[in-house]
Amino acid sequence: MRRLLIALGLLALAASAFAGEIALSDRRSGYELMGRELRAMQDDDTANPGMLWVLEGAALWKRPTGAASRACVDCHGEAAVSMKGVAAHHPAFDAAKQRPVSLDQRINNCRVDRQQAPPLAYESRELLALGAYVARQSRGLPIAVTIDDRMRPFLDAGHAIYERRQGQLNLACSQCHDDNWGRQPAGNLIPQAHPTGYPLYRLEWQSLGSLQRRLRGCLTGIRAEAYDYGAPELVDLELYLMWRARGMTMDAPAVRP
Amino acid sequence: MERRAFLKIAGGVAAGLGLTGIVTVKPARATPAEMQEAIRAVAGSARITPGKVKLELPPLIENGNAVPLTVTVDSPMTEAEHVRVVHVFTEKNPQPYVVSFHLGPRAGRARVSTRMRLADSQNVVAVCQLSDGSLWSDSAAVVVTLAACLEDGI
Amino acid sequence: MASALINVPARAKRGEIIEIKTLISHVMETGFRRTQVGAVIPRNIIRRFVCSYNGAEVFSADLHPAISANPFIVFSTIATESGTLAFEWTGDNGFSVKETAAITVE
Repeated sequence: MRRLLIALGLLALAASAFAGEIALSDRRSGYELMGRELRAMQDDDTANPGMLWVLEGAALWKRPTGAASRACVDCHGEAAVSMKGVAAHHPAFDAAKQRPVSLDQRINNCRVDRQQAPPLAYESRELLALGAYVARQSRGLPIAVTIDDRMRPFLDAGHAIYERRQGQLNLACSQCHDDNWGRQPAGNLIPQAHPTGYPLYRLEWQSLGSLQRRLRGCLTGIRAEAYDYGAPELVDLELYLMWRARGMTMDAPAVRP
Repeated sequence: MERRAFLKIAGGVAAGLGLTGIVTVKPARATPAEMQEAIRAVAGSARITPGKVKLELPPLIENGNAVPLTVTVDSPMTEAEHVRVVHVFTEKNPQPYVVSFHLGPRAGRARVSTRMRLADSQNVVAVCQLSDGSLWSDSAAVVVTLAACLEDGI
Repeated sequence: MASALINVPARAKRGEIIEIKTLISHVMETGFRRTQVGAVIPRNIIRRFVCSYNGAEVFSADLHPAISANPFIVFSTIATESGTLAFEWTGDNGFSVKETAAITVE
């Protein structure tokens, strides 16, 4: 009995932390690292440019589409009820695909399977709008992706990507975002890189964009080959980042520099 | 064309223009003088006095693509005494004009906000015209930093 | 598909100064950017914004490329009577968007 208890205890601990990770109490969202004016822009729904996409998403939610001529609302009802917490739980395991899928992929799976409509292109206006609308319903909720035996290998794969040196600059994500967050090389503040606010309005893009867009940008920034949109590596990395940010509050659609 | 002749002509042209060696292409950029010209073009030749109008800008912004800006004018905004227009200019953007806000007694309050682009750390100038024709100005300096890991065309 | 987000109080007291916030989706392409191969991306901006109150213009703005993408403008007007506030954005390439908001003034 005691051995069983010790084994269970170790199992619980095993999923609780990786070495070198930022201590849970030291975690800061990118929101806290921004200036007063940008925080005010994010907090005001009448001023946050991301809300333009949320508005559009709300309209798309009610629009019948595809050969089945079905709207999201026909199956899911009011998004404020049915989508509450959904973005905070993604990437989530998809039994049909036998691997985790991102929220964008889940939206497209629904379009293809239930609406009999073609999938929306990654980073298209419509997919961003629907993603922003769904993510908005998780605002204020803690990030809570589920890691069980099925998800564990994908979490480990994402973690491995995060720790691996890549690109011509030969940098691993952890070197900047775990070891040197808060520092300012060439005046640019390094955030801890928690995905609490995605999809978000990035001033650099002058548009709303997804986490995958940001990850591809980061990889290009260290002069590595960026994985394609929807690549399993990006979803695994997204899973790891969401797990690393577990318990932090979702604030989509966020505003970032 | 025979090579030597070509080089000779090119050299002649370069000397005539006073150019030497490499020609570089600089990004479009206005100058403080061009800003003054723009101010004159819009406000005419009357004297501009610092005061009455207040320009609020963050002293430092993380990205120049969306800098919050508020202009306020100390005015009762009555039929007899109000603000007609507020213009905003920059000195180092590719062109000096930013926006002109047309107000009037129906505004109730002379306070307008928007978000502007700043190409670099620089001064921003606001010029307002009151109903009596007088011109007033204010200026503010903004430091612009940039987001990390600049990516192109992803 | 241009979306506009307008924030206007639904009711106000006569003579009260009300604040109006407007946000419209538009790329506001400056005309100074270039593509990867060096071609200039042509200018495409909103040039004018007008707010009318029961048909009378109460506020307007002339915009230049230095206004950020997805232009955001906050201004005020006196709540004089019940009716309709009309908002119109016009710009390059025949861009034209009109929105309205009703207001009850007691």
